[in-house]
Amino acid sequence: MNKLSYSEIFKKSKENNEGVFIPFIVAGDPDYDTSLKIAKNLVDNGVDALEIGFPFSDPVADGPSVQNADLRAFDSGMTIEKCFKFIKELREYTDKPFGLLLYYNIVYKHGIDEFYRKLKESGVNAVLIADLPPEEADDAIEAANNNSLEQIFIVSQATDNERLKKITKIVGGFIYIASVMGTTGARNKVEHNTTELIKRIREHTEIPLCVGFGISKPEHVKEVLNAGADGAIVGSALINIIADNIENHDVMFREISDYIQIMKEATRM
Amino acid sequence: MKYDGKFGKYGGIFIPELLIPAIEELEEAFYKFKDNKEFINELNFYLKEFAGRPTGLYYAENLSEKLGCKIYLKREDMLHTGAHKINNAIGQGLLAKYMGKTELIAETGAGQHGIATAVIGAKLGMKVKVFMGSTDVERQKLNVFRMELSGAEVIPVDMGSKTLKDSINEAFRYWISNLDTTHYLIGTTMGPHPYPTMVKYFQSIIGKEARKQILEIEGKLPDTIIACVGGGSNAMGIFSGFVDDESVDLIGVEAGGEGIDSLDHGATLTKGSEGILHGSLSIILQTEEGQISETSSVSAGLDYPGVGPEHAYLKSINRAKYVPINNDEALNALQVLCETEGIIPALESSHAIAYAIKYAKQEENKGKTIIVNLSGRGDKDMFTVAKELGVEI
Repeated sequence: MNKLSYSEIFKKSKENNEGVFIPFIVAGDPDYDTSLKIAKNLVDNGVDALEIGFPFSDPVADGPSVQNADLRAFDSGMTIEKCFKFIKELREYTDKPFGLLLYYNIVYKHGIDEFYRKLKESGVNAVLIADLPPEEADDAIEAANNNSLEQIFIVSQATDNERLKKITKIVGGFIYIASVMGTTGARNKVEHNTTELIKRIREHTEIPLCVGFGISKPEHVKEVLNAGADGAIVGSALINIIADNIENHDVMFREISDYIQIMKEATRM
Repeated sequence: MKYDGKFGKYGGIFIPELLIPAIEELEEAFYKFKDNKEFINELNFYLKEFAGRPTGLYYAENLSEKLGCKIYLKREDMLHTGAHKINNAIGQGLLAKYMGKTELIAETGAGQHGIATAVIGAKLGMKVKVFMGSTDVERQKLNVFRMELSGAEVIPVDMGSKTLKDSINEAFRYWISNLDTTHYLIGTTMGPHPYPTMVKYFQSIIGKEARKQILEIEGKLPDTIIACVGGGSNAMGIFSGFVDDESVDLIGVEAGGEGIDSLDHGATLTKGSEGILHGSLSIILQTEEGQISETSSVSAGLDYPGVGPEHAYLKSINRAKYVPINNDEALNALQVLCETEGIIPALESSHAIAYAIKYAKQEENKGKTIIVNLSGRGDKDMFTVAKELGVEI
């Protein structure tokens, strides 16, 4: 299936006067088939794009929810080869943009160019490598350019303006704003200085801004969109629904549908 | 950043964006204070009066006669807390204090780095949290108790292989959330820049002393330096004193575990391939798809699927050689040193002793002068050794 670009979905959302809602899941959590069904279910419930994680043995930027999702994927026999297949199958189902979230060793071991070529072939739009700061990213950016993929980078409260300028020059797709100084994970409230951070970044760039890390409730989504962000990313809260309902898929899918609809609704101003 | 932290192609800063400010702050502080007179004086004071430096370069006469070589032992085992780890813990602990940090965190495998961090934290009045794989908590109970006695909180890590690599993951995660107050006191020459350079700097005292001592005793340089390599800090410490002396052979000894053709070993440089783990590009043990392998060794301190990037570099330019020693050989060497010299080496250091014995027996090495870095003492390993030898204590 053809794929929409991030710029197309951000443009469309703006026209509809709404924000972009992007859920994150780990490919293969809790197993290949269920995970693919979950991804399709997310699409059916109206998400604007998908962030997909490739499981890694040592995910240092992730909190317990994503770590355990990686472990469930491995336990069910997930491999990187199967991750490519997963993306391909999902691409046949939807034209929504896919962003990948993974760790650099997976890319490096595969061969950087070869990995990006396979991602393009599978229908991916963008890549965010959790442990690859701009200082080390020349090869990845080149591979992304060669394969018409966007390379996404993270910005946080600790990113000063000078560094922010450098990142806006190389980032593609959107800027991923980490709303907390910490690992990924659902939290009860959005940190109070996230609003200032969004405004500060907005002064430097027109690139779309999506906020992740700790977003778990509709009011969080409203809060970051009101502050000027273009979208919200939710990972751990969704993954926790999967983890809590491994034994009962009917309940799992019902809860995911309910949750996604409420969260998407919160993006409508 | 001021420097890229590369050793040839190896090293670098492969870390989450959120850690970048911490690494920048640390690099700036390290280069500022390492040449600061007050800092140097305080560092030297603690190294001498608290840790017990300089350590001796001891001629192992009985062992030498038995093997037909001259074997010297650099006695890092004589230091306070029982291993070379204290050199780096003092250095970074002081640096953290100069940076205004109030809390130290550390990873530990054998517990030697944990205990070193715990005591310097106690001395400097800083809170200490030590992350330790739950497998290691079990096999190094004595060191866990010593850390707790010194006021440190030991946090068992139950993820993954439950050993050193997992404790490092967890320490990084904690650090990301507590950057303002906390310094991550990495115990070996791995991690993102500036750690490999900084840890080598604080451990280079071993090589400096050893070079001076051997020249005083023998009037010439040694032929060979042998040291065990887990992450590689004791080896880098002693190698650094001789790396510019081309005539001196440098040999690092890795954990061969149950044998390097089994899956149960930690022989990273012998069997690994290029990859990124814990902040730097180096040689690592990994699957074909780039997942990090789980390792195995009787010695918790060598049970790690990565190695400091400068070791990968020294290997790539053939300046140092790396060899495996398996569990049985290390256990045997521990007993040999006890029986011949009355010195109980740590299981980690026993790997270096074991290779020295092997090396000395080779015809072409007869009569050579060899320095073995005796990086730590074996007290912590007595339960493990007894168990392996089938003795109940």
